[in-house]
Amino acid sequence: MSDRIFGGFGLALAIFYIWAASTIKDSFMVDVVGPRAFPYIVGTIVGLCSIYFIVRPDDEPEWPQARAFAEIVFAAAVMFAYCLALPEFGFVISTIFATAYLTWRLGTAPLWSIVSGVATSVGIYVVFHLILGLSLAEGPLGF
Amino acid sequence: MEILSLLAEGFGVALTPTNLFLAIIGCFLGTLMGALPGLGPANGVAILIPIAFSLGLDPTGSLILLVSVYYGAMYGGRISSILLNIPGDEPAMMTCLDGYPMAQQGKAGEALSLSGVASFVGAFVATCGLVLLAPQLVKIALLFGPAEYFVLFTVAFATLGGISSTNQAKSAFAAALGLGIAMIGSDSQTGSQRFTFDHVHLYDGIDFLIAIVGLFALSEVFIFLEHHRSKQGVAPKAATVGRIMPDFGMIKRCIPSMARGTGLGFFSGVLPGAGASLGSFLAYSLEKQAVDRDGKSFGKGDPRGVAAPEAGNNAASGGALVPMLALGVPGSGTTAVLLAVLLQLNITPGPLLFTKNPDIVWGLIAALFLANFILLAMNIPLVGIFTRVLMVPTRILMPIVAMISFVGIYSITGSSFDVMLMVGFGIAGWVLRKLDVSLVPVILGILLGNQMEVNLRRAMTISDGDWFILVGSPLAIVLWLIAIAGFVLPMLMGRRMKKRMESMHDNEEFVGD
Repeated sequence: MSDRIFGGFGLALAIFYIWAASTIKDSFMVDVVGPRAFPYIVGTIVGLCSIYFIVRPDDEPEWPQARAFAEIVFAAAVMFAYCLALPEFGFVISTIFATAYLTWRLGTAPLWSIVSGVATSVGIYVVFHLILGLSLAEGPLGF
Repeated sequence: MEILSLLAEGFGVALTPTNLFLAIIGCFLGTLMGALPGLGPANGVAILIPIAFSLGLDPTGSLILLVSVYYGAMYGGRISSILLNIPGDEPAMMTCLDGYPMAQQGKAGEALSLSGVASFVGAFVATCGLVLLAPQLVKIALLFGPAEYFVLFTVAFATLGGISSTNQAKSAFAAALGLGIAMIGSDSQTGSQRFTFDHVHLYDGIDFLIAIVGLFALSEVFIFLEHHRSKQGVAPKAATVGRIMPDFGMIKRCIPSMARGTGLGFFSGVLPGAGASLGSFLAYSLEKQAVDRDGKSFGKGDPRGVAAPEAGNNAASGGALVPMLALGVPGSGTTAVLLAVLLQLNITPGPLLFTKNPDIVWGLIAALFLANFILLAMNIPLVGIFTRVLMVPTRILMPIVAMISFVGIYSITGSSFDVMLMVGFGIAGWVLRKLDVSLVPVILGILLGNQMEVNLRRAMTISDGDWFILVGSPLAIVLWLIAIAGFVLPMLMGRRMKKRMESMHDNEEFVGD
């Protein structure tokens, strides 16, 4: 069933892709094939493969239980939030929270997760910013 | 003779103090990445690419650092196979079969040093093979026109599914997905905007580093999150290392096994799509047939069963660089990631690389030789340090890996949008892996999409729109035949081979426990 649903998504993607390709504007420079031909070929392959998944699905993969699935959704949400927090709060503070969350959810006790978050954040800051000179996000406090 | 003088110049490049230092750091980090279960050479290089670039190293320096990571990770994979019975990466799977039983018999140190020597032999001979074979391949590649190049890229996609994916439709889907992503941005020929939907962040297209780090490194973090309940994220207890200095008698007895493993491994490395997993599998199974016909000693801690697959997978990793450097067509996941490194440095691999940037190619090859010696020196006396790293629980290490991925991408692009895109690729990578869709063709599609289209359009311009140009030369026809064979053969043989690989591993695990 998973493959069939996947095939359905793939087919929708292919149709959208081919439609989007048809809206590509020509420029004053022309070549024989044009900017739309290759995307049409690619979209057709995506579509044909998706139809194959619908007709001949593989064995069902092992999907995680609701709980593990929720873990992944939350982790992804935390990562997105981390991306948004970076320019607002700076690297060190955002990273402490993101790392502590991930470490906690991977099974470390809450207090130790915070310790690990602080250690990771400060460690990366020292090694990559202070020693190696990479530019990391600066927050209101300057780090 | 000419090759020798070029190689000497290469050593001149590789032996500067900075480059030597980078090679040592790369070997060390690579071995760590390889030793940690779950992080293979592809992830290891993927995580470190953005860091290497944001450090502002010169092209040769970045390349030396990253190929040292590549070779280091190939060496490191065996450490957790032997000590924990968990392969650090897929090619190290076969090393578990005899390596772990050896460790259980208290011979972990010997197994580690023996496999270190076997890795050295495999990788060293393969690097020599690279020196001899790549320039020959370049001569053929010079005959390629745009149409032949287009077909060559098709060969790369057709063969890349290889044995790792048995559903070729999924490999084709993955490749098309990657090609589709590569089309985003301004068209290189006419400048028309494609699939940008007037979103300013998409005008320049999607940087392949974002896709690579997201798909490889972050999806690994999600996989860990999913499975940590069953494993509890606690590091398993490793066997004690014991005596480290190699037993020369044992090494001597294993020399024929190493030689056979090296030959098979190099051959499967050069073949597009086969890669290191096939190399170690072939080396192990043929070794078993050659020296253990009654099936008494293999799987129970026979040193030859450690030497052959280790020589095989390291030889394959050197062999995989031949088509990557000479043709610009990577034969495996990690070489695809290395191709991304070259492209990011504005170096286009392929025949012209050898004439246009000889310092880079030969500096790189010299660095590979150097990395081998550094790794040999590092892996025998320092193996204790690497085993201690295995004791750090993954629940602490995985978040660090995730954060380093973020740091790398952010320090290159400085944009939250790109980092979010990376998380998006991470999630997509997790879903695709669940559905058994290989990620390597996606990466390859993103990397080669532009070149593939440019060559198609050039060929069309030459022929004035006649599609028959794609089958217009004997060379193109031969390439089409290879592509078809590469696409069809895994459907016939792949499933059986993968099953055998897995059942071999499962059986031995059962015996071992």
